[in-house]
Amino acid sequence: MLKPSRVTRVARPLGRRTFATVQDPPVRRYGGLRDQDRIFTNAHSRHDFSIKGAMARGDWHRTKDIILKGDAWIIQTIKDSGLRGRGGAGFPSGLKWSFMNKPGWEKDPRPRYLVVNADEGEPGTCKDREILRGDPHKLVEGCLVAGRGMNATAAYIYIRGEFTQEARHLQQAIDEAYKAGFLGKDACGSGYAFDVYIHRGAGAYICGEETALIESIEGKQGKPRLKPPFPADVGLFGCPTTVANVETVAVAPTIARRGAVWFAGFGRERNQGTKLFCVSGHVNNPCVVEEEMSIPLKDLIEKHCGGVRGGWDNLLGIVPGGSSVPIIPKDTCAQVLMDYDSLKDAQTGLGTGAVIVMDKSTDLVRAIARFSHFYKHESCGQCTPCREGTTWMMNMMDRFVDGRGHSREIDMLLELSKQIEGRTICALGDAAAWPIQGLMRHFRPLVEQRIEQFRAHEGPVLFGGRLAREADPTLALPDNLGAHLGEVGAPPPRAL
Amino acid sequence: MLAARAARRAAFAAARTAVCPRPLSTSACRRSDALFVHRDTEYNNPKIPFEFTPENRKKAQTILSHYPPQYKKAAIIPLLHLGQEQLGWTSISVMNYVAKLVEVTPMRVYEVATFYTMFNREPVGKNFVQVCTTTPCMLRGSNEILDTVCTHLGVKPGQTTPDGKFTVVEVECQGACSNAPMMVVHDDFYEDLTPETTRRLLDAFAKGERPKSGPQSGRHTSENSAGLTALTSKPYGPGEHCQPDFQ
Repeated sequence: MLKPSRVTRVARPLGRRTFATVQDPPVRRYGGLRDQDRIFTNAHSRHDFSIKGAMARGDWHRTKDIILKGDAWIIQTIKDSGLRGRGGAGFPSGLKWSFMNKPGWEKDPRPRYLVVNADEGEPGTCKDREILRGDPHKLVEGCLVAGRGMNATAAYIYIRGEFTQEARHLQQAIDEAYKAGFLGKDACGSGYAFDVYIHRGAGAYICGEETALIESIEGKQGKPRLKPPFPADVGLFGCPTTVANVETVAVAPTIARRGAVWFAGFGRERNQGTKLFCVSGHVNNPCVVEEEMSIPLKDLIEKHCGGVRGGWDNLLGIVPGGSSVPIIPKDTCAQVLMDYDSLKDAQTGLGTGAVIVMDKSTDLVRAIARFSHFYKHESCGQCTPCREGTTWMMNMMDRFVDGRGHSREIDMLLELSKQIEGRTICALGDAAAWPIQGLMRHFRPLVEQRIEQFRAHEGPVLFGGRLAREADPTLALPDNLGAHLGEVGAPPPRAL
Repeated sequence: MLAARAARRAAFAAARTAVCPRPLSTSACRRSDALFVHRDTEYNNPKIPFEFTPENRKKAQTILSHYPPQYKKAAIIPLLHLGQEQLGWTSISVMNYVAKLVEVTPMRVYEVATFYTMFNREPVGKNFVQVCTTTPCMLRGSNEILDTVCTHLGVKPGQTTPDGKFTVVEVECQGACSNAPMMVVHDDFYEDLTPETTRRLLDAFAKGERPKSGPQSGRHTSENSAGLTALTSKPYGPGEHCQPDFQ
């Protein structure tokens, strides 16, 4: 070890540059997207959504030329634009679409499908709805462009059953597109045959998972399939299929027309583009808005939503990407950028871009317990860890709302959530586990405090939530119910 | 002697009940959202005929044409929707009829109809009120809205009013979170609710009116209610800002 006296410091004269001339790159601020760069110009349904209005806003403009550029050009453009899937997982779209065009795909006689996932069910998410009712032609045109890119013969748009108005708008858009010759045997006069159909769902969140969605279109219960085989090999009706989110598909024609470089100019490296964010919860003016990727979360809320109710200091936590991602506390909220990587570094995720804001008046445990109710309700029941685990987690979370439990049960709950995560066919098990893990990661003292308060008030609690004082004294109680257990919490600080 | 034995038995039984402090325990019946079994009733049994109207039959043909001919089964969900639209709910006859149309055994249709929550396998009131109570709505006060609906109509979630006008259910996220709290009546979304607007809406429905759907607070859709923060200028037209190839 070096002794401090031995270390000699070279005194550097102030103001003189050394040979190392590398400077910090200029700090770029994200956000502040201009209207001319917004893709969904009718996101607020203030203009005509029918074909006349859509064409006036630049839809279906020289689509034929995009089609004639061919599949390789479309996929390369999407790759260059850096577009990542907008449905939650954030997989690079160009790469995903290119899986459809494996060497020798022309020899495969099977039809090929593009399936658009408009089963928007994630709590907090309401972005696709604005596309479906305000800009349905963007989606229909997107189906054609993306379909051409992956050489698909038809597109099915799986729209959630509750969206009746949106389904009507979309059906109208499809009918108009057929009438104008933009779809059908000779789509846009390019010689490419392409059909678009709507398939309405019937109220199952799980059908937002790609293989469950395929099962649902096939007229079965929406239960996810094991992968492999991946849908790009064996998908809808046993044919090559790619499932993509509404927003991902709907931005494709605009990217093709305005250029990959334009789209890649927004947001940070590997998180490029623009994105619809939907803000709900305790903000003054909740709204859906298209912004640049990598906009700081705080800017998004203050600029577009009138700030947190009662000011930024009244903030408790934010769920930045729909119900499936962990919550982050206020200090983190001030630092994160709304993109895939920044939120991943903060141990959460961008998900669908659904920001759920909670101020200090929120009963946070109850809010997360409500998510557990949601997942319990929506679990399809196929895999045991998820089917049983979601019920189990819901029961425990319900007890924690009152504080009816032991603080060591928090660790049991976390262990339980770890046993569900990654042990199911689809990601619903993970999605059910993460909100609880996020709560315990950042707000564990809150839960512990609640448990202590409940005990102080009601006396010892047995395992499973019964009160010791309610137990029948005439019956012999087994000793392992925790009635005589001193509350076991964190070990006391050891004296040194 | 027989009488004496009977008396003794009665006394013994009385003594046993007096001695034993524990009641006979039964496990609570597990209530799910809806019953998953079908029991024949007067209003719901396979003998009640059901057929699509000629108009719906034409629609059914269009729906069937959307799927490959060997996968007629894919039309089950859209056809059930159509049946529910016609009848108001999905009875066993509707399911059987759909099974016949798509040429599968009825069980395949029952499986689907029980899996998806939008198919009501029991009759519902004339106005089917669905209140969303998932977290984003809950944060904006949906519990208050649900209470308002229930007290105003005098029913609990899951029940129908005695006059058959309203059925109230609590549902999971409906995808209108920026417009929370919200409820769905007749497939129409009523958003940005307050207890007052909720009561007003229910009164209007009770009178047989169809109030205007959408946000009830005066905003247009899901824009910032204090004034637009985006899309304030005129939208750009065809070819504007495009690459030279596409101008």
